[in-house]
Amino acid sequence: MVTVAPVTPSPVSDLRTLVEKQSGQRIFDCYQCGKCSAGCPVDYAMDMGPRQIMRAVQLGLQKEVLQSTTIWLCISCETCSSRCPAKIDIAKVMESLRILAIAQGVPPAEKHIDLFHRTFLSVIERYGRAHEFSLAATYTVKSLNLFANMGVARTMLSKGKLVIAPPKVKGAAVVKKVFASTRSTAGMNVSSAAKAEGKH
Amino acid sequence: MTTSSYAYYPGCTLHATAKEYDVSARLVCEKLGIGLEELPDWTCCGASSAHTTNETLAVALPVRDLHTAEKMGKPLAVACALCFNRLKVTEHELADKGKLETIKRLVGSDFNNSTQVVHLLEIFYDRRKSIPVTKPLKGLKVASYYGCMLVRPHEITKFDDPENPQMMDKLMTALGAQPLEWDFKTACCGASLPLTRKDIVLKLSHRLLAQAQQLGADCLAVACPMCQYNLDMYQEAINQEFHAGIKQPILYFTQLAGVAMGLSPTALHLDKHIVDPMPMLKNKGLA
Repeated sequence: MVTVAPVTPSPVSDLRTLVEKQSGQRIFDCYQCGKCSAGCPVDYAMDMGPRQIMRAVQLGLQKEVLQSTTIWLCISCETCSSRCPAKIDIAKVMESLRILAIAQGVPPAEKHIDLFHRTFLSVIERYGRAHEFSLAATYTVKSLNLFANMGVARTMLSKGKLVIAPPKVKGAAVVKKVFASTRSTAGMNVSSAAKAEGKH
Repeated sequence: MTTSSYAYYPGCTLHATAKEYDVSARLVCEKLGIGLEELPDWTCCGASSAHTTNETLAVALPVRDLHTAEKMGKPLAVACALCFNRLKVTEHELADKGKLETIKRLVGSDFNNSTQVVHLLEIFYDRRKSIPVTKPLKGLKVASYYGCMLVRPHEITKFDDPENPQMMDKLMTALGAQPLEWDFKTACCGASLPLTRKDIVLKLSHRLLAQAQQLGADCLAVACPMCQYNLDMYQEAINQEFHAGIKQPILYFTQLAGVAMGLSPTALHLDKHIVDPMPMLKNKGLA
């Protein structure tokens, strides 16, 4: 049985504790082989690659990690997780870091990606199903990028792929309740701990 | 898998941008005697956005649909690879009794987490040898593109081989086509980034389309509406951005099965694609 390397308890290790609790992954199992960065399709666009993020979490570099573009650019393709020789679900670590960043109110380094996810969820909360037209329209207005997707919208309309009327399902009411109940209790142990951490 | 009656979860995109996937899946399944009963009043699985921001929500959202299927007493056939992934992850997470109890309290249901979730491709693969092929896809070089969501995380989806899957390739062989050996079967297309970081989608989709084209593929076969959308909708933009001359129709495996079964291209919604597959199919004597 391999034991986790002892770490001196100090404020800098708090990030590691939070991430381990949130993700269920053993951060110190990472021995920096770099397979995650080698296989990551978005590594080229990140300010820190996945391997660097893992090391920074080990070192407790909270600010650098939570302010990185990496945690937002990760598209959860899971290539890193499936290839990690230490069996760390690195995509899950990225997910946990996003959740921690949100809980601590850290401004997202890729604010449009954050806006996209929030818009997507607001559409589901409203209609019970995703509705591409509402999603694209709301996102386009909120991102102030009004003409970026006109071409795509025209093509989709011409192929009859843009459904303008929002979906109507009875289950929408239940979905609203799911949103409400998870909002009040979601990740209670972790998010509240993360919030407390943010106050230091 | 001998079942021939399934609860069917199309997922949100199959009612909009990926309608041709829904239409071709229903039509071909009907001809194959596979019963698909659409889940009544199904709702969204949460897709990539829920688990990005709130892990409890990400597990709670699919529970309603899994519960409906459980009450129907049928395995749940899923068309969209992303929905399949989220439903599988939920099933896996809730194998933990503590989590299951928490979620049941949250959503107030008597869900037992006993629903069997399968992807349509698995159903087609299992029946590949009994598909009535009347118009073999002879001479058609198909690049089977699995993407991320079917094969990863492998310990959860348990789908084929995570690095070099074969199911779609073997299905294509059974349909008379020639599956292409290539490197990007499970590479990412850029997923949910087209509205936010189109540059990344163009770059990632370009790499895989370029290799398929270079190796002489006639088309790509896909099982994910998000992959189909990125590769088809942005192919022109990719050609402009990278000065490439890529022309690859992006077809659902259900449509290709339909073509091999002699079904009409219009009935399979082959006219709904941005990159028109008809010239290629005509050229091969398949339309």
